[in-house]
Amino acid sequence: MIVLRDTSFDEALLTNDLLLVDFWAEWCGPCKMIAPILEEIGKEKAGILEIGKLDVDDNMNTARRFEVMSIPTLILFKKGEPVLRLVGARSKSALMREIETYL
Amino acid sequence: MTRHTRVAIIGSGPAGLTAAIYTARANLNPIVIEGEISSTSDQPGGQLMLTTEIENFPGFINGIDGPELMSNFRAQAERFGAEFHTAKVTRVDASNRPFAIWTSDQGDGDASYLADAIIVATGARSIMLGVDREIELIGHGVSTCATCDGFFFRGQEIAVVGGGDSAMEEATFLTKFATKVHIIHRRSELRASKIMQDRARANPKISFSWNSRVVELIGGDALEGVVLEDTVTGERSKLGVTGLFVAIGHEPNTAVFEGMLDMDSAKYIVTHDGTRTSVEGIFACGDVQDHIYRQAITAAGSGCMAALDTERWLESVHAG
Repeated sequence: MIVLRDTSFDEALLTNDLLLVDFWAEWCGPCKMIAPILEEIGKEKAGILEIGKLDVDDNMNTARRFEVMSIPTLILFKKGEPVLRLVGARSKSALMREIETYL
Repeated sequence: MTRHTRVAIIGSGPAGLTAAIYTARANLNPIVIEGEISSTSDQPGGQLMLTTEIENFPGFINGIDGPELMSNFRAQAERFGAEFHTAKVTRVDASNRPFAIWTSDQGDGDASYLADAIIVATGARSIMLGVDREIELIGHGVSTCATCDGFFFRGQEIAVVGGGDSAMEEATFLTKFATKVHIIHRRSELRASKIMQDRARANPKISFSWNSRVVELIGGDALEGVVLEDTVTGERSKLGVTGLFVAIGHEPNTAVFEGMLDMDSAKYIVTHDGTRTSVEGIFACGDVQDHIYRQAITAAGSGCMAALDTERWLESVHAG
């Protein structure tokens, strides 16, 4: 799990082949519910998939750049390109079903 | 594998969790099938998970956040031994006792639980407008969660649809971010409580579009506006907004119980003699059987009633 910022975002895209970015904020209830799920997925898929957390409160430029208008939004980047976008919280199994094809 | 339980509680809002606290304290070892994580009100904790401060729940002088209140309810139920299962109920067979319950994580094979008694506390969920592209535009201007998405509308002009307390609460909350909030309501007067109405009417950022309904969403990848139709004259007009928050009412989560439990014309479960349903051994509480009061405190109160009714019924069945 890595913490992303506006200033470090592009570098993270370059250095991680498969990066799942969680656009979240402290005041977002559904974000809190998926946080432990993402942590689990990060551990289970260590070495294949990196999880990046971007707090939209402090990093509005990146949120705006990817047109995030609702959180949680998850965007999966493969070799720096967004390949999957998921808006809204969901269960671990539902999340894995969506991500699996890209692993 | 199928597990036997004395009491299965379906749903985990104020009603379900209060029923859990009471049945757990009565040593009935309840299992709470709490729902699945989502960004709608159909999630563990229920509708309060999408609210901000609750000012009218007794005991909290300065108010409390909805999610925090629900996490307290849950911890209190757990403290007395209630067990939680994060899944949705997909099917119930009430033709025999004990009742069989299937959950979303188990497939169609064996039932997940056999329960001597069931407490139904599945609540209600927000109704959507039903206009074209509404679902597609969720996350791109259309929102079901003001607390989650309000932040992204800083400096923009947005609209809230509805005339009840939740519409007033959302509109007032959203003025923290938006430059202007239009409340779109299909009638010429609000059904919201006086205090919520007064607060909205006094807010200089809020304006009202009376006798109006949304008939079309304008915009490509993101919302740019809505087309309103005057419910009296039929005249159409455009309103430029980048955000649309829908708070037009609720419908009960009763699909799994259709054909099994008696319901009214709006599909709310009908209860009699306290919280009893048309099937002996199945009790209902909270918003799933109440379209009048719909408050956290009334849901919690009826959850307590369901727990006491269940406890007494289980005793009478065992004694007899």
